[in-house]
Amino acid sequence: MIKEYVRFLIRAFQLSFDGTRQFYLWMAVLTVITVIGGNAYTRQFVDGLAATGMTDQVSWGAYIANFTFLVGVAAASVMLVIPAYIYRNKDMHDVVLYGELLAIAAIIMCLLFVMVDLGRPDRFWHLIPWIGKFNFPTSLLSWDVIVLNGYLVLNLHICGYLLFMKYMKRKPTPLFYVPFVFISIAWAVSIHTVTAFLYVGLVGRPFWNAAIVAPRFLGSAFTAGPGILIIAFQIMERLSHLKVSEDAYTLLRQIVTASLLINLFMLFCEAFKEFYSAALHNASAQYLFFGLEHNGHTYDLLVPWIWTAIVMEVIAAAILITPPVARRRGFLNVACVLAFVGIWIEKGMGLIIPGFIPTPLGNIVEYLPSVNEVLVCVGIWAFGLLLFSWMVHLAIPIMNGTFSKDSGVPRATDAAIKGEVS
Amino acid sequence: MSEAIRPTSGRRSFLKAGIGTMAAIAAAAGVLEPLRNSKLGTSLSAFLQQHYKRLSPEDLDVIMKRLETEIAVRYGARVNIKDYKPIEGVEFGYALNLTRCNGSRRCVYACMKENNQSHDPGIQYIKVLELPSGSLNVEKSDHYYEHEEVPQDGKFYMPVQCQQCKNPPCTKVCPVEATWTESDGITVIDYNWCIGCRYCMAACPYEARRFNFSEPEIPKEEINPEMGYLSNRIRPRGVVEKCHFCLHRTRQGKNPACMEVCPTGARVFGNMLDPDSEISFILRNKRVYILKEDAGTIPRFFYYFDK
Repeated sequence: MIKEYVRFLIRAFQLSFDGTRQFYLWMAVLTVITVIGGNAYTRQFVDGLAATGMTDQVSWGAYIANFTFLVGVAAASVMLVIPAYIYRNKDMHDVVLYGELLAIAAIIMCLLFVMVDLGRPDRFWHLIPWIGKFNFPTSLLSWDVIVLNGYLVLNLHICGYLLFMKYMKRKPTPLFYVPFVFISIAWAVSIHTVTAFLYVGLVGRPFWNAAIVAPRFLGSAFTAGPGILIIAFQIMERLSHLKVSEDAYTLLRQIVTASLLINLFMLFCEAFKEFYSAALHNASAQYLFFGLEHNGHTYDLLVPWIWTAIVMEVIAAAILITPPVARRRGFLNVACVLAFVGIWIEKGMGLIIPGFIPTPLGNIVEYLPSVNEVLVCVGIWAFGLLLFSWMVHLAIPIMNGTFSKDSGVPRATDAAIKGEVS
Repeated sequence: MSEAIRPTSGRRSFLKAGIGTMAAIAAAAGVLEPLRNSKLGTSLSAFLQQHYKRLSPEDLDVIMKRLETEIAVRYGARVNIKDYKPIEGVEFGYALNLTRCNGSRRCVYACMKENNQSHDPGIQYIKVLELPSGSLNVEKSDHYYEHEEVPQDGKFYMPVQCQQCKNPPCTKVCPVEATWTESDGITVIDYNWCIGCRYCMAACPYEARRFNFSEPEIPKEEINPEMGYLSNRIRPRGVVEKCHFCLHRTRQGKNPACMEVCPTGARVFGNMLDPDSEISFILRNKRVYILKEDAGTIPRFFYYFDK
């Protein structure tokens, strides 16, 4: 068995470097962008976080914003797992693995975004329980370390086990993975709840110190994650022999629709609470949505940014609640992209930055990421895409049986990956 | 399907492996390029250094010697680092008279000098807020006021620094226990343990914490050579720092630098456990205002009024 496993790894490695011309081009482009991002990070490592746009006043920025958003993308795979395993939906069962692979890529991106945000990455080991000094259970960040890494391990195990069994042409033993699938459902909710509690627990930041943040995190996550999967499945269908049933798309579309509407409703609830009561604590929301006047100067850097997000989400919602329109693939894709980008804005920078503006002592310092900081972010995104593409590149031929212990390594021109042939 | 089981040719995969390896080397070189001209360097002992509370007195002596050497090399200054321990039966408190404070910012500058704060990027522990009379709403404050003369008519001044809370949100959130409250009520930071996540900065309702975004720059002649391990020694890059009630002074019975320099006598510092101390008298007899009392942080820093 171990011998077979090693052989599997070697052959999977070989297959990783075998693909169509499109595949090579795509992976090469992503690698180049990743290298540019890595170079930018090394520069930050040398110069310190002064290489970013962050300040003492706005002490978290684009890194933590992207981190927060991607936790949601990772958690959203549960929206495929629940129908597939609890409701035994056959259509979802065929594609749920790809949702879990997306979760793996997203979690790794999350961990990278946290790593690049550390002032002392060399002291990372201080976070390791017992060896370092892990402030558990007091610090919510220590909870986050546990739930994120736990979720990563769960999904690596589930995907790895199922793929290897498929490769070995053996029926997976339910005991070895089904319990973990059910744990992962609860765990998915926990990663996003704990991440929300990171912010909710801060008494000095009224913008975050609200009970609605955690439910809103889930609502937006279940919009953005399934939304991007609708797009990803179509691309995968074009480039490979993967078949995604129409019913699977319909179910995903319904999930996106419901979640987006819930998200917009909660956004409205939050806005009402902030603005109708007109208490002093609404300064951050005022800054975000309308700009804030302070000592004769109006600060409104985020205003166009957040309204772009709201317009995007509202257009997406309008498309999605009109079924004749939403059923047409072109419109559906537009809605999914708008919802994804809208939520990336709204609960990325739109959530993190206003928490710091104004500061607890009423100062206003605006934040714009530096070029170097943006390059690091783009690099991590490219790396995540690279990782996801690579995992899918291996998983599709395994799942459709062209790559198994008895087969050769499927070749670029073979049936497994059609690409340029079609 | 018969094509699908054709094995890959040995030469072809060899060629690919070669190209792959070269690409990987090129990628690694590209990623690491900025390291070429960097002066970064850390010793293994610094890298593996344990948490302050896990160090024996001998360990700490070795570390403090090493830090002294590092400062000598980097800043060209001979300094003296000591570990000042809290005194039994002492709980420090600080009271500031808002009627007297005239906004001169002398405390700010004395603090910078005493505590070896970086000049570039500039770090200050004390912020003096200029507020319009008739309001204690900090959102109306000006942090950057510049006047020929202070105080200005219709304004009053409120210096804010670490409030040394009894229920500090900052120590709670630290994922690695790099910051904690000592028995005399001073919240300290182990600068050699902090990982620089800045969660404490997000948690502090008083904006008291500062981050070393780059290596601190201090001219050699302005370095205060008397340093405490948990207080004013020159900080490394990438860690958080803040006011520590000048513990290297106050644990020796001296007053904090900001109090010593105050031209109006607005600042009163002392042991709250001593009923005869001035601070105890003020807390008993004056009208005291606690900044953001609703946050439940229970500060050891108090504002009071004369009239």
